[in-house]
Amino acid sequence: MSFVTTTPKKVNWGGRLLIAIPYTWLLVLFLAPFALVAVISLSTVRLGMPPFEPLTAWDGSILSLRLNFENFLYVLTDDTYLLAYLTSLKVAAISTAIMLLIAYPLAYGIASCSPSSRSLLVFLVIVPFWSSMLIRVYSWMSILRNDGLLNALLLKLGLIAEPLRILNTETAIYIGIVYTYLPFMVLPIYSSLASADRTLIEAARDLGCSRVSAFWRVTFPLSLPGVAAGCALVFIPVVGEFVIPDLLGGADTQMIGRAIWLEFFNNRDWPMAAAVTIVLLALLVVPIVYFQSRQSRSRT
Amino acid sequence: MTKPSWFNRLSILFGLAFLYLPIVVLVVYSFNGSKLVTVWGGFSTQWYATVLNNPSIVEGAKVSFLVAAVSATAATILGTLAAVVMVRLRRFRGRALFNGMLLAPMVMPEVVMAVSMLLMFVTLGIDRGPLTITLAHTTFTLCFATVVLQSRLVELDSSLEEAARDLGCPPARAFVSVALPNMIPAIVSAWLLSFTLSLDDLVISSFTTGPGASTLPMKIYSQIKFGVTPEINAISTIILGVVVLGLVGAQLVSRRSEKAERTA
Repeated sequence: MSFVTTTPKKVNWGGRLLIAIPYTWLLVLFLAPFALVAVISLSTVRLGMPPFEPLTAWDGSILSLRLNFENFLYVLTDDTYLLAYLTSLKVAAISTAIMLLIAYPLAYGIASCSPSSRSLLVFLVIVPFWSSMLIRVYSWMSILRNDGLLNALLLKLGLIAEPLRILNTETAIYIGIVYTYLPFMVLPIYSSLASADRTLIEAARDLGCSRVSAFWRVTFPLSLPGVAAGCALVFIPVVGEFVIPDLLGGADTQMIGRAIWLEFFNNRDWPMAAAVTIVLLALLVVPIVYFQSRQSRSRT
Repeated sequence: MTKPSWFNRLSILFGLAFLYLPIVVLVVYSFNGSKLVTVWGGFSTQWYATVLNNPSIVEGAKVSFLVAAVSATAATILGTLAAVVMVRLRRFRGRALFNGMLLAPMVMPEVVMAVSMLLMFVTLGIDRGPLTITLAHTTFTLCFATVVLQSRLVELDSSLEEAARDLGCPPARAFVSVALPNMIPAIVSAWLLSFTLSLDDLVISSFTTGPGASTLPMKIYSQIKFGVTPEINAISTIILGVVVLGLVGAQLVSRRSEKAERTA
């Protein structure tokens, strides 16, 4: 069997088999399911398993196709859903901006260190990313509660007279999101800063550029690909985030990921949940395609 | 900018403090003697005993570890194939779609993937349980495994493999006997990454499971919904310990092989 060809033009049968295995897996379990979501979003809810009507019916001689657009009409006109989409986009945009403000100096600081301390610091940034997100969100619950550690500390210091209500507010959502997604922002910025050509910065300095203007004119533009990748890696999943708004947020901040979850498990309306999902995907398709084209360009 | 300035040091300090303080708090309070999360009642390991004697938690942990081990293995094997396809077969029909399907799960909101895979399993008529969770986890961890393996394969010097092929070694064997041994650190980290991502997942598991099979994060989640308890701190500390040990181990493996490569 030979699957690695020296000439890149023709792929032999061994190569085809090699392609076919992961390709088929992704087609069946990643791409086809999306088509299915689209189909089921046009269905009608019913009792039983599966809890939706088939789209086609065959009564012996007539094949009928019933497409129910009611779910979409509802999602696109109902205030609660519109508000949930807008809130999700707003929360994702603001938290991405906050993360950028924290992550950039951190990544810049790491890139300014010696190579040996760099790898240790990168390792330290990666560890929280590998450890359980649920657990890290939970850790904030005990800190932010009314009788939690933050309030206890502030009360002891005499900075506040009464405990602040932070848990179950939008502030808590921001804290949780910034905290859990920060490594995703730091790492791409760091890698673009670390691979930036140092001689360009030195040249700018030699030519009389001040430290600050050398940063804004040379370093920062060179790090923009990392910034863009970091923003995409953070913004897109945050829009559909479920765990953080569910555990840290309150009833007044409804995000769309949580709306899908509730539609599924509480209302058991699968076609409606599918329609909400399709609209969410439609909102995210532009950033996702942008992210992919960037990633594949940077890799080739 | 040869030495980190005070500003650089300060940003590193602030960033790392922000990342680690909540984890430290969590671990410290898992040894709290008091049942109240915010009141320190002396050092105690009672909550660990409670956790280990809780059959529901132990059962969840078993399901989680089994699912994570199987799906990480499957994702690493598929990821190796995918990485070879992406790096070595530069041109074939459908490459752009393949690349897209490998990258999209990295940013796709979990809820979206969860809903779509659930509907697929229901349509195919597969009984939902540990098997469907494993299939779903393999799919979403596959892209992370591929990224790790792909970046290693790109770095790999292919001249040795070419030499083996020139000497008449079939390409598949040349790959297995020359390139694969050099990829072992990447394979280990791809497996570990897939394993921890699977172990951690709540959303995809919740959607793709059936009655009866609950993973550890699902059990933890339903307990958290009732409130903060020191017992959860203890479970969390155990999970963190496992993850950190695995990470440090993987780091040591890759350090050693890097050193070996440099001296060779």
